[in-house]
Amino acid sequence: MLDIPYEVEILLRSTVGAIAVALFALIFGLILVGIDRKVHARMQSRIGPPIRQPFRDVKKLLYKQTIIPENAVQSIYNNAPILAFAAAMAVMVYLPLGPFSPMLSEGGDLILVLYLLIIPSLAMVVGGFASGSPYATVGAQREMVLMISYELPLASVIIAIAWKAASGGLDFAAFTFSGIMSYPIWDHVGAVGAVGAILLLGTILITLPGEMSKIPFDAPEAETEICGGLLAEYSGRNLAMFMLADAVKTVALGTLVIALFFPWGLTPTLESVLDVDINKYIGWGIDFLFYMLKLILLVVVAVSFPRTAFSRIKVDQITDVYWKRVGAMALVGVFLLMLDLQVL
Amino acid sequence: MAEKTFTVPIGPIHPALKEIESFILTVDGERVVNVELDLGYSHRGLEYIVTHRCNPIQAIYIAERICGICSTSHPYAYVQSMEHAAGITPPERAEIIRAIIGELERIHSHILWAGVAAHEIGFDTLLHWTWKIRENVLDVLEAITGNRINYAMFTIGGVRRDIDEKGIRQIRSSLQFYREVFDTFVATFIEDTTVKMRTRDVGILTREEAEKQVAVGPTARGSGVPKDVRYDKPYSAYADLDIYPIVPDEFTHEETKGDVYDRIVVRIFEVLQSVHILEDLCDLLESTPGPITYQQNLVVVLNQLKRAVGEGIGRHEAPRGEVFHYSMLNKREQPVVWKVRAPTYNNYASWIPMMKGTQIADIPIVIASIDPCLSCADRMTVVDERTGKSRVMTLQEMREMGWRKTKEIKRRVA
Repeated sequence: MLDIPYEVEILLRSTVGAIAVALFALIFGLILVGIDRKVHARMQSRIGPPIRQPFRDVKKLLYKQTIIPENAVQSIYNNAPILAFAAAMAVMVYLPLGPFSPMLSEGGDLILVLYLLIIPSLAMVVGGFASGSPYATVGAQREMVLMISYELPLASVIIAIAWKAASGGLDFAAFTFSGIMSYPIWDHVGAVGAVGAILLLGTILITLPGEMSKIPFDAPEAETEICGGLLAEYSGRNLAMFMLADAVKTVALGTLVIALFFPWGLTPTLESVLDVDINKYIGWGIDFLFYMLKLILLVVVAVSFPRTAFSRIKVDQITDVYWKRVGAMALVGVFLLMLDLQVL
Repeated sequence: MAEKTFTVPIGPIHPALKEIESFILTVDGERVVNVELDLGYSHRGLEYIVTHRCNPIQAIYIAERICGICSTSHPYAYVQSMEHAAGITPPERAEIIRAIIGELERIHSHILWAGVAAHEIGFDTLLHWTWKIRENVLDVLEAITGNRINYAMFTIGGVRRDIDEKGIRQIRSSLQFYREVFDTFVATFIEDTTVKMRTRDVGILTREEAEKQVAVGPTARGSGVPKDVRYDKPYSAYADLDIYPIVPDEFTHEETKGDVYDRIVVRIFEVLQSVHILEDLCDLLESTPGPITYQQNLVVVLNQLKRAVGEGIGRHEAPRGEVFHYSMLNKREQPVVWKVRAPTYNNYASWIPMMKGTQIADIPIVIASIDPCLSCADRMTVVDERTGKSRVMTLQEMREMGWRKTKEIKRRVA
């Protein structure tokens, strides 16, 4: 191995690495959106668009005229998409991508990611209010209620897992990704705790469509009710930015769930089964492909399935579902985890 | 903020609306405080065209194009009104064929509506599924009449095409198909949790309100008013059949609330009712030989109509409710008066009590729940040519217009 000084390594990581991560998140995010649309269509007995359709959409939007409504607050209206996109990108730098540990693992942890994930939604709210359209205003109000609703179950899952890791001996590293990844929750729970962990996994899967504003939790964008809500006035480049932010956020959220619940790579299993030593770089490749596969499966299960099987529910029903039902589910999960600790 | 409420316009162009119409909602947060209806965007002056340019036979094709979905209901009522006015009696076989087309149309219209309703509550899977099963009845209609929509089956004094053995077989196999999918239909609409979440206790129209607003069709029946022209005043082949109005409590086994859910129940079970009616009609058709028009030669019919003096009414239970046509003939090339009252015209007013107090999210499904057909119902709009602005007429102006129109008709009759 080359002997690279620490400073140079950091510099390399944060420039070359950041660009690589950004490209991956953009391209793979759009592919994920395409796969979601295709699977959704097949389940509705439609043919559906080709998987590369989101790329064409973005390309076309970038060509198109960007219309700014007369009574919009221009500076906010134009900057909100950039903010959303930048925040979604920033999350990616703090997340472990399969075999690769987070690029800036020194600087951030789960809590930071949790906050950064709010920013794209918040930017959409701000942009919505700034568009000066009644539809966007209603959409922005709904998005705020939606955020308040899903944050509670989401935060309880993340804190429960970190707490479990902390009680397992990772005192300081409990909220870092390297800590969590080295301490897969399934390996350290008994039967009761496993049930608790499954409930927590269910909780976080149900919050995913909410985070991404997908049916059944797409009240902020509800096409037939408020014409796309938050995005009603957005067009051209600005809308493309929001689409890209959405794609990147999909990757980020999926990666977060994978890091919390399914952190394993395929290489160790392969090595033990085939009884060979796999080259480090090939191992990275295999694990990375495995990580992408996990992401695709996760998106299909957590986004495509619900969006096919349910109708859009109203915003007060969303709060009801997230706080009462999903919240209760998360609390029972946490309780079972604690009980498991007592039993062990 | 100084004001607590703000306005949200739904329409004239809006993804929730299938036709152009406009609702100005005053909302407080998500709750709708007040609704203003603004109608008249799709007025096409069809009545004027018929009374000034068409002879009674040509008018059938205009009547057929009043509505894209109930393209049998309007000719059905129109030919009845003309036959009433001219004293023509169509043969029995023609009456049965008319009823068959009417019922097939009801199946396709209700299934179409179910898909639209699913789309309005964001359930696109159901939309695609229902429209897929709707294709079956459209194929049958195409095989029998030559067209998926606008069947051109009706003529004054009968129908234009016979349904042969093969046609009856096709109808029967289609009925078998709908019997088979009906359980799935019920399971996906009536028993589905999210559909129920979105439609139960939404857009309530009480029985008193429904009677006060003179609602018709499934809108009235959904509120528990047993009102059905086929039952109340049997016409055509319906007089030979056992028909009863569908009201929701028989099927939900709950109290009738008059909400969107009840209206869904009514429409879904009317599909099954139509399947039963069609089976009876197919048997009837097989046992009723005979001509399909009272007079093959259209020129003879036309001359008889041109000589006729009289007025007539025609009523038909369209998928959306009672459609009513009034015609007057007075020895002229054109009908002197032709007045169409589409079911949506009656059901407009029930929107207001339905919408007040609901949430914005409920508005699309509430609008869709009466299955509006605006192109049927729109009668006029006043636009100032110089400013391009439309305005609302006062009651007095309307009265004066009515007087002028009556005078003009009197002049033409004299």
